[in-house]
Amino acid sequence: MAEIVDPLLVVVLLINFFVLGTSRMHSIVNGSAAQGVVLGAIALFAHGKFGVASLIIAGGAVVLKGVIIPSMLFRALRDVVIRREVEPLIGFVPSLLTGAFGTALAILFAHTLPLAPEHVGTLLVPTALSTVLAGFILLTTRKKAITQVVGYLILENGIFVMGLTLVDAMPFLVEMGVLLDLLVGIFIMGIMINHIQREFASQDTTHLTQLKE
Amino acid sequence: MAVLLVLAPILCSAVAFATPSNRTRPSVVTVGSLVQLVLVAFALTRPHVEGLNGWLLLDPVGRIVLGFTALLFAAAGLYVPGYLAQRSERPNRIFCTCVLAFMGVLALITEAHHLGLMWVAMEASTLTAAPLLYFNRNARSLEATWKYLLLGSVGIALALLGSFFLGYAAFYTGGEPSLLLADLVQNAPNMSRSWLHAAFMVLLVGYGTKMGLAPMHTWKPDAYGEAPGLAGTLLAGALTSGAFVAILRVYRICAAAGEADFARKPMIALGLFSMLVAGVFMARQKDFKRMLAYSSVEHMGILILGIGIGGSAVFGTMLHMLNNGLTKGVLFLSAANIHRAFGSKSTDDVRGAIRRVPISAALFLAGFFAVTGSPPFGPFLSEFTILNAAVSSGQFVVAGSFLVMLVIVFMGMGSTVLLVVQGEASSSTIQPLERERVLTVAPGIFLIALVLLLGIYIPEPLDALLRSAAASLEGP
Repeated sequence: MAEIVDPLLVVVLLINFFVLGTSRMHSIVNGSAAQGVVLGAIALFAHGKFGVASLIIAGGAVVLKGVIIPSMLFRALRDVVIRREVEPLIGFVPSLLTGAFGTALAILFAHTLPLAPEHVGTLLVPTALSTVLAGFILLTTRKKAITQVVGYLILENGIFVMGLTLVDAMPFLVEMGVLLDLLVGIFIMGIMINHIQREFASQDTTHLTQLKE
Repeated sequence: MAVLLVLAPILCSAVAFATPSNRTRPSVVTVGSLVQLVLVAFALTRPHVEGLNGWLLLDPVGRIVLGFTALLFAAAGLYVPGYLAQRSERPNRIFCTCVLAFMGVLALITEAHHLGLMWVAMEASTLTAAPLLYFNRNARSLEATWKYLLLGSVGIALALLGSFFLGYAAFYTGGEPSLLLADLVQNAPNMSRSWLHAAFMVLLVGYGTKMGLAPMHTWKPDAYGEAPGLAGTLLAGALTSGAFVAILRVYRICAAAGEADFARKPMIALGLFSMLVAGVFMARQKDFKRMLAYSSVEHMGILILGIGIGGSAVFGTMLHMLNNGLTKGVLFLSAANIHRAFGSKSTDDVRGAIRRVPISAALFLAGFFAVTGSPPFGPFLSEFTILNAAVSSGQFVVAGSFLVMLVIVFMGMGSTVLLVVQGEASSSTIQPLERERVLTVAPGIFLIALVLLLGIYIPEPLDALLRSAAASLEGP
């Protein structure tokens, strides 16, 4: 299993770096979509057996994270004139470096954690941790509402990878529930982005600073 | 039965969604909440409520939360028609649908005994509450909803990560991979300690964000400040209690693993810090709805602190959860009436409410005394129990800090509340006077009467329920 899953996990890590380093909004959304498709493939192989349930979950992940959610984000992007994330809180190179440093730490850290025999030496846990971290970096350092949503998506992707270590513990219904919650969450966020756009003629969340002490 | 408690409100929400008239729709909420109250009352009389192969189970903690939130929902349900009649210019389809769906989701949180299912329900509660916050549809409520949505989603995502860590802690030692609470409690003694510790911390931060513990509380003042008072009632009274239940479930696993001492230290720290933050920001707070948000931060701090202190404080915490939930209903509903009567929520404009809306102002004042732990109201009893437990178990520093914070909060909150209630009415804020209606004050009177009753007399069945809830958290 590891010989198929590990290269795919490396792809997930590379997409993290790509998303951290690019300023084009379309590339960021595309990156998250590609990551969603790869995660679906990983889910299929990680189950070990090709049952109906694992097919549905993998398919659901691909359709949701790879097609539906990105197309919702693209729709939100359509009216925006600005196509780039300008002036993030920290630059692209520093955030890339932070991501790389975090990944190195995650790999080292995962070595010190007690892992079940079948997970020793695989990239499952380090990828999960470093993807969560990449999501956090995007969420906290970017100002555009869409980029923050993509950050949340990537964070969720990292958690999805962690969930793959427990495939047998997660019943089918719960897994579908998690995916459904994600879909509805992004849907509502999309509506909110739309309203931010209309209210301020921009998607910059720095406009959202009226409420403070 | 267990499934029905979740499905009935969701079914009602579908009815509300399908109701075409803006005028009759709010009464669907009233009927739905009363139906739910009857169902919950029936469920509470049954000794054993279970469903979906043990995934849903009504345990003592769940019974307490389900019971008082049903009362709170009934009060809110009665309040809804009067409130929405004053806001008849706004479409309320989504509002009514979400209030009812929220009730169903909250029942699911209290019953869920599977960490994955509990997570799905918590996330669903975040999502159903978001449209309630955005009811006013202006730039300020937009900002509040965006912050709530993003912070809440990230917090809840962390909680999922923590749930996986917890599952892995059991799986690592060769246990059957399962996220069922009963299995996890049973496997707890064999769990990998490092995974268990990591899981607890991540879950505490994750669900703590939903509870609004400092420093993850920043969404709270914005959300409660901008949302209608009714949404504040549901969030501060019910949703935060639901998140607390989630933390209690995780704590129970830790206690079963013999790691209660590890879990208590961060809980005490977070609890005291929340109270401190609340006290600091409440002082000279001009916006009385934001002030209520900090009061909620304070009381969530007290709850988590009570569990951290342990011993008989756990009983006090169970009682306090009940008291706080009901008192928050009084405060938010009366604050909403005052807000509407003056068209402002700043103490610059709102003064002398006792002359303009006497009943709501009296309720606001009574709610203030109750929530700050003045006798003879219920919170006095529960806060005293927690304090007493801290002293008798020799945690003098904790007890001393707790007492100091309570005094700071009392003074800070008191200065704002007294200004709102008494104060010299300024002549510049003459608005078309809105008469107090029976439907908008009766729910508050009903709730404050309950809080008063709980301070004087705890009925025998409730006492037994609180005791068994406290005992279930002590672990074997």
